[in-house]
This record gives sequence, C-alpha cells and structure tokens, in this order.
Amino acid sequence: MADPKEAIKEKSMVIQKDMLAKQFHDLSKAKELGKKVVYTFVPGNLTELILSFDMLPVYPEINALQSGMRKKSAAYIREAEKMGHSEDVCTYVKCDVGMMLNGNIGPTGEQLPKPDLLLLSYTGCFTFLKWFENLERLYPGVPVAMLHTPYQEDGKITKDQTDYMVKQLNEEVIPKMEKVTGKKFDPAKLSKLMENSAKAEDLLVKILESAKRKPSPIDAYFAGVYYIGPIFTAFRGTESAVEYYTELWSEVQERIKLGLGPVTPEGELKEEKYRLVMEGPPNWTNFREFWKIFYDMGAVIVASTYTKVGGVYDQGFRHDPKNPLESLSRYCMGVYTNLNLPQRVDLIEKYVKEYKADGFLINSIKSCNSFSAGQLMIMRQIEQRTGVPVGFIESDLVDPRYFSYANIKNRLESYFQMLEQRKIILKQEGVAV
Amino acid sequence: MKSFEAILKECEGLAFDLNFARAKKWKAEDKKRILVGYLPIYVPREIIHAANGLPVGIMGAGDRKQIIKGDAYYQSYICHLPRGIIEMALDKNLDDFDGFMFPAICDCVRNLSGMFKLSKKGKFQRYFDYPQNFDVLIGGTFYIQEMEKILEDMQAVNGVKVTPEAINKAIKLYNTNRRLIEEIYNIRQQYPWRLSAVETYHILRAGITIPVEEHNEMLEQVVEHIQRERGEPMDNIRVVVTGSFCEQPPIGLIKSIEMAGCYIVEDDFMLGSRQIQGDINDNSKNPLEALADAYIHQSTFTSCFYDVENPRGKRLVKLAKERNADGIIFSAASFCDPALLDRPQMQQECDAAGIPHINFQYHENTGQFKVIKEQAGTFSDSIKLWA
Ligand code: SF4
Ligand code: SF4
Repeated sequence: MADPKEAIKEKSMVIQKDMLAKQFHDLSKAKELGKKVVYTFVPGNLTELILSFDMLPVYPEINALQSGMRKKSAAYIREAEKMGHSEDVCTYVKCDVGMMLNGNIGPTGEQLPKPDLLLLSYTGCFTFLKWFENLERLYPGVPVAMLHTPYQEDGKITKDQTDYMVKQLNEEVIPKMEKVTGKKFDPAKLSKLMENSAKAEDLLVKILESAKRKPSPIDAYFAGVYYIGPIFTAFRGTESAVEYYTELWSEVQERIKLGLGPVTPEGELKEEKYRLVMEGPPNWTNFREFWKIFYDMGAVIVASTYTKVGGVYDQGFRHDPKNPLESLSRYCMGVYTNLNLPQRVDLIEKYVKEYKADGFLINSIKSCNSFSAGQLMIMRQIEQRTGVPVGFIESDLVDPRYFSYANIKNRLESYFQMLEQRKIILKQEGVAV
Repeated sequence: MKSFEAILKECEGLAFDLNFARAKKWKAEDKKRILVGYLPIYVPREIIHAANGLPVGIMGAGDRKQIIKGDAYYQSYICHLPRGIIEMALDKNLDDFDGFMFPAICDCVRNLSGMFKLSKKGKFQRYFDYPQNFDVLIGGTFYIQEMEKILEDMQAVNGVKVTPEAINKAIKLYNTNRRLIEEIYNIRQQYPWRLSAVETYHILRAGITIPVEEHNEMLEQVVEHIQRERGEPMDNIRVVVTGSFCEQPPIGLIKSIEMAGCYIVEDDFMLGSRQIQGDINDNSKNPLEALADAYIHQSTFTSCFYDVENPRGKRLVKLAKERNADGIIFSAASFCDPALLDRPQMQQECDAAGIPHINFQYHENTGQFKVIKEQAGTFSDSIKLWA
C-alpha cells in the first residue's frame, strides 16, 4: 500500500515532475550552459518569444507558489515585511522578495540564477508593475523590457490596442532581447514554436472540456493547477509540451472509457456528488488540506477561472504561427485577468451552464485585488443569472496567516448542505440533476 | 472682492458636497451640457471641457457618509475608496452624471469600472488606460486613441463635435489653473502660515467640482489674499506628505499633522490637478498630441506610472530638497498596493539622502488621530532637537 502521505501519481504527473526538475536544474546551470535568463510573469507570458532566443524563463509567481507549498513562504514574507513591506500588500511579491534576500534558492534546492532581463509583461494586474520595479532595484543594472497590455475595457480587443502592443514588441521587447542575447530575432523559429503551442493548446482544451462529462474525469481546479496547467507556461512551444499533453489526453480518454472520476492525492474519487465552478486562485500553503475538504465531500471542480490566467484557449484562442506578433499580443490581451468584469461574469455563467454545475464558489484571495475587487458583485450576478447556490470563502495565496482551516471547512460544509438541499428539492420537482 | 474667510468657507462646502449640487446646477442651465465624473488620479480635463462638459472629480465619500451598502460589495481587505463610491452610486449621489472615467491606477479602480458597467450607471463608463510606454510614437499614439474614445462617448451623449480650437481654449484655461495652484504652493513655501494645508486642500478640492473659469477666479483671489500677511509664523518643521494620491486622508489627519508642529509644504493629496507640470502648448494644430506630449514629458511622479527610467524615490528626494523640507511623511491608505509597495524603496532613497521619515496608514473615514498626532509630534520634536 502506498504511504498515505505520498500522493498517488499518474504517468503524466511523473513526466511533469521530471520536466520541472530538469528545468530548475538547467536554470541552476544557466551560466555554465551560456543561457540567458529572463524573469517574467505567467499572465500574458511570451514563452515562445523567450524560447526563440534560447533564453530560460523564470516565473516568480511559480517560485512563490512553490515556496508556499513547501512551507517556506511564511519566513520569506516575514523577511520582506522586516525590510518595510506592509502587511496589507500582495504576498506573492513579498514571498519573492524574501526568497531573493535568502539566496534565491528554488523549489528543488538549487539556486536560481540572477536575471539577465526582467520582462515586465504588465498584463491583467497592476501589482506586476510594482513587483518588477522592486526587483529592478534589487538587481541594479539589469535591463527591464516593459510590455504594457491594454485592458479589455470594452470587452473586446481592438486594432489600435493590437498595434500598440506590436509596436512595443518590435521597438522595446525584441531589441532588448537581441541586446541581452546577442542574437537576431528569428521570426521563422518563433512561428515554429507557435505551431507546437497551437497543438498543445488543442490538447489542453480537450482535457479541460472533458469535465463536461458526468462523472468528470478531471478536477479542473486542483488538478488543473497541480498537473494540468503548470507545464503549459514554461514549456509551451516545445515538442516536449506536445508530448506531455498527448500523454495526459490519452490518460483522460482512458478514464472516460472506464467511467472513472478524477485522480486525487488519495486515489480515485469514487462518487461525484457536486459539480462546481470555481473563481479565484487557490491557497498554496495548505493546498492538500484544502483539496481534501472537496474530495472528501465528493465535490469536483468542473471549470475554473484561475486556470485561464495563462490564456482562454477554451474560448477559441490559438497562437497563430502566421501572424506571430499580432497573435502574441492578442494572447496577452485575452487572458482571464485582462477581461473586464462583465466578460468575467459572462464566462462564468457560460461555465455554470455548459458544465452543468450544481454551484458556484469563490475563493477570495486577500493578496489579489486583480481577482478579488468586484467578486461580490460577480457572485450576485451569477446567482441571479443561473439560480445555482453561490458560496464564498476567503484565504490567501502564500501567507499561512490567512488560511483558517476550521473556518473554511465550516463554511464549505454548510455550502455543501445547501447544495444537497437543492438537489432534493429539484428531484422532488422532477428536474433532472 | 469676497472676504477671504467667505472664499474659504465656500471652498470647504464645495469640496465635501457629495451631492455635487453646484455641478448639477451648472448642467441644468443648458441642455447640451454634460457631467463627466472621474476618479483619481488624473484625466485630461481639457477634452471634457471642450465637449461642453464639466469634469467632476470623485474623490470618495471620506468620513462624510456612512457606508452600509458599499461594505456588502467589498471584502475587508480592499481599500475604502471604492466602497464609498459604490455607496454614492447606489444612493443616487451620482445621478445626473452622464458618464464616468476610471483612470488606470490600480486593479480596484479598474474593476470598479466593470461594476459601474454591470450596474449601468451613467451613459458611459470608461476605463482610461494610461500608457506605460513613454515613447511619443508608441505610448503617445495610444494615449491619443484613449482620449478619442472619450470624445466619442461624450459626442454620443450631447452631439458636440469637439474642435481643435475648443481644446486649445480649454488647455489655456487649465494652464492658468495649474499656474495659479503652483503659485499658491510657492507662496506657501516662504509663508506656510498664511494658508494652512487644510485650507489649501479645500481650495484645490473645490476646484474639481466647479467650472475651471470659476475656480481660476477663486484662485486669483486666494493668491491676492495670501500675498499679504496672515496668521503667525510658528516654530514648525517643514514636511512633504506622500502616498495619499488616491483615497484621500480625512481632514482630521491633515489637521493633526499640522497641529503636531509640521508645515506641510508639499503633498500629493489632489495630485490630479497638479499632475502635469508647467504649461501645455495651447496653440497646437493637433491639441490631442499636445496633451499626450504633456502626459509623457511633464507628468510628475506617482506610484501609478512605471518609473524604471526615472525612479520616483529619487524624484521624491529632489522634491523634498527643492521644498527645503526637514522630513517626509509617508501616509498611505490601508490596502493601497500601489502606494504601499513603493514605500520601502522610497524610504531607502530618503535614508541614502539623510532625510528623516515616518509613515502611517489611514482609511478615508479614520476617526482617531491620537496616535498619528503623537507620532508626528515626536517626529517634529526630534527634528528640531537635532537641527
Ligand atoms: S495581485 Fe494577484 S495577480 Fe497580481 S501579482 Fe498579486 S496575486 Fe498575482
Ligand atoms: S487607494 Fe490605492 S488601492 Fe485603493 S483605489 Fe486608490 S490606488 Fe487603488
């Protein structure tokens, strides 16, 4: 029998672990390998462009969440607060600053290299700007390339906005990458990478949409962030990402064939009782405990918004190798956190309906104004438009001071009771559930 | 000429009239007039003026309104400003406004624009995206397009097609406005006792709720009055207050700093009215270009503009030196990510320059100032002691 503390893993999870380990190992050897390192953000990331210059990307948010999962974030945050950061501000930033002050040791225990370029893809979150201004002062002299992604304030992407972004790519971002690497921009190489991206994107969408089935073969939130999504950011554009998603898709197809529910750290979910749509990032410091509350109750997240901060591929976007720079621009502008509030409400409504969800739940994150400001209005709108019970819990990304297990468990238990009640009523009324 | 006390009283009334009666009265005088509300920090008010509109600054409900509904829309860890504004919107304080502009200063204001859209408040609700690229041909072009969207929004409401002449005329008026405000700040450098920081605040805040022509007249009178002696010099230290550019500090806080023995010789309370430094070209064939140029080349520093090329910590130190300040007070709204994330770096710059500083956080409706007063008092005493 497996050690109960050891999570049960599928083959794809093992592949992912190896890919990530290699990535961090390469990063620790970047200088020896002669590779330049670029720090950048997940939403609106330019992974293909970075890889086309043979640079290695580092995503500080991923480091922060890894630090959270490895219980190191509390100390890092304290460190940043000691240097004057307020308790009120985004804990991702503080965790990252603290990690840097502590020697920049990455999740595998190897030291992360210093950046050669800070690529500030300012997409969907104002704090990114502040974050990299802070990093720039901690790494004096490192060039910063700023890419300002206009917000979809009107609920659409206009030609003016795309032109603005393409101009920035051509005149700010690419020249800085050329300077740092000493290489010329190679559009053909970029297009080739984008072909791979589109293939991986097709596969990712199939995997995510498999959750429309009953029972759902995946959990689109916990598993979504744990092993379905992460590979996407750092490896998009590579052959290995396509291979990874091919493997994952075949696993999911197998589960569908066998009528199996999602994999949890304690094995298969035996009975799918509640299907939920989830808004907001997860908590990382107590990720397993948090997930367990759901699978113990037979609750499966069938669609989530957080897994769309890296792109809304399920809404049709694909990287387009024929128009690489326009396509990268549209990609950045399309990510979930760059959608306006009415678009977010529409998307969630669509998820609740298309994924036949029993409820809608918000995990409201103290750190994250980009997600959290306005969520209570989103909640009301979804309740009015869909009639499903809505729930609201609060936690934080990587600050354990804001994760109260008892509180969250209590709230969720009452919420699940509410869902149960509704099921009974709907059954009595003869509505298929 | 009105008595100085009457002007000050009028300003105080206008500054905190959360029903914006004066603005609404102005609109009622002519069918083609429109009211455009804007949030902190800055919008190019000139284009609204040129479209026969009155730009009205909505700086939050402060401590003048009890927040009940607003709290139901916001988690406890979000700053106070948007909940006060939602409360005002739900309480009909903002009825009669034709549209709203939400400048790109942070995610709270950004998302508030969506809340106004969802609740269909006003005929348009525009998130006004400041470019963070400061190349005239890239960011400048984008900024012009942002202004054009607002012009279209306004035209859809009142049918007014804005001409370059109308914008140039507005630029001229706002140039005067900016010049008079700077003159007041300059006089206060030498004679800070003649006009208190609270009075200055009232005068500036009144200005964003009335037509610029009227405000200019008012400012001229203020300048005239404070050229004469008023009040008594005190043994106070001179401070710069920074970080209060969006959610406004309660008047009690500004008062407490002054009463604790500090002359506030520079601040960023009403930054929007002082964002652009110096005159904007009022004789351009393409005045939108002139406005974009001014945004790019003449903006002062704030936490909301990308600053890597020109770090704001250094600019703050420079400002403090120009104003001959003895110290800096970092005063930011609680949960204000832009201001608070800047603080450590800016404080390091102050340390490097040997400028003493203290910091506090507030909510716009904070009611207790004892601690702040004590802190500011100790700060002032210690500076005097070591001077
Ligand atoms: S505010 Fe939110 S989106 Fe922005 S850096 Fe923090 S956690 Fe990420
Ligand atoms: S006070 Fe700060 S966080 Fe709040 S709306 Fe203003 S800028 Fe944003």
